[in-house]
Amino acid sequence: MDAAQLPGFAMVTSTPMVEVDRARAVASAVVDPEIPVLTIADLGILRDVAVDGDRVLVTITPTYSGCPAMTQIEHDLTEALERAGLARVEVVVTHQPPWSSDWITGEGRRKLAEFGIAPPVPMSQVLCPNCRAAGPRLVARFGSTACKALMVCDSCGEPFDLFKEF
Amino acid sequence: MDPRVALLVGHADDNLVLAQRLGGWISNAPELEEDIALGNIALDHLGVARALYTRAGELEGLGRTEDDFAMLRSEREFRNLLLVEQPNDDFAHTMTRGVFFDVYQTQLWAHLAEDDDPVVAGVAARALKEAGYHLRHSSSWVIRLGDGTDESHRRAQAAVDSLWGYTGEMLDELGPSMAEVWQGAVRSILDEAGLGVPDDGYQHSGGRQGLHSEHLGPLLAEMQWMQRSYPGLRW
Repeated sequence: MDAAQLPGFAMVTSTPMVEVDRARAVASAVVDPEIPVLTIADLGILRDVAVDGDRVLVTITPTYSGCPAMTQIEHDLTEALERAGLARVEVVVTHQPPWSSDWITGEGRRKLAEFGIAPPVPMSQVLCPNCRAAGPRLVARFGSTACKALMVCDSCGEPFDLFKEF
Repeated sequence: MDPRVALLVGHADDNLVLAQRLGGWISNAPELEEDIALGNIALDHLGVARALYTRAGELEGLGRTEDDFAMLRSEREFRNLLLVEQPNDDFAHTMTRGVFFDVYQTQLWAHLAEDDDPVVAGVAARALKEAGYHLRHSSSWVIRLGDGTDESHRRAQAAVDSLWGYTGEMLDELGPSMAEVWQGAVRSILDEAGLGVPDDGYQHSGGRQGLHSEHLGPLLAEMQWMQRSYPGLRW
């Protein structure tokens, strides 16, 4: 008889795989508390999800050294995974390699622009997320959160946030 | 204390003390954007301090946490540079202190980004980008103030004169080649601002040995009073 047809085979071999996929799906859906249109996967903050027995190990990397959202993200991750029935959750914060705005996914960039935040590009290439005009002005290098700068568009007159290239 | 641990604690102390100083501008800055900028810069420094204290605690192996380092050490146990504990004074002083320290940190982090300890290297690599961003902010203000009105020039020059004597201990630590880069970068910013450095070469030192100016004690008292009054208090 082929081993794959033995009772219990599918469960034994595929359960860990399914568990890790499920844990990853749950962790990936956690949103950033400061930019709630983006998930932590879109932002590139979520680095790894692993399952070891009944333990779920989630690795995240902060965007900026002082990102005040990290504690909230750790809390939200634990809560979401526990609600999905994954009881023993451990969130590890790693600084190596350091986060880069290049880690924001294409989907993340699209959502940012839709939300009215210019996605990270060199300052000279920024387009107004409202009217798509080129050459907006920098108002303040430091914006409403650590990862943003404040700009204004002279074409449509709208102020907007730029997600800083870092 | 193990010299490696002491080194990390010293750098963490620089960042914590400066974060606390910069936080003093929140709601007092000359304009709203500055309030936000200084708050953001303070947060960057605080984040670096937390990561380095945590690493120092791991390497030390005595179970000390970031909070133990930040909240339960006395003035003589802090090993920060004297520059960062100097009072905010006026805006020109704060920005000038920023230029001196930001240039120092760009050198320091570039060096530590190559560290054998991957945790320290990671923290440094991120902090290097942040220090460059802080420097763009501080240097643009020093240039604007130095090259501005008579009053802003007078204040910016007074800031350079009073803070210059706290730069020597940073430069000794960086060593000759990085100190030379520091001198070049800082002097070119000051030249552009139309500011000079004092002829008197006297330099204060002692921060890394725990010998501080009279300004650190009150800062720590304000920062630590809650943990001291309610030991073990948690949010």
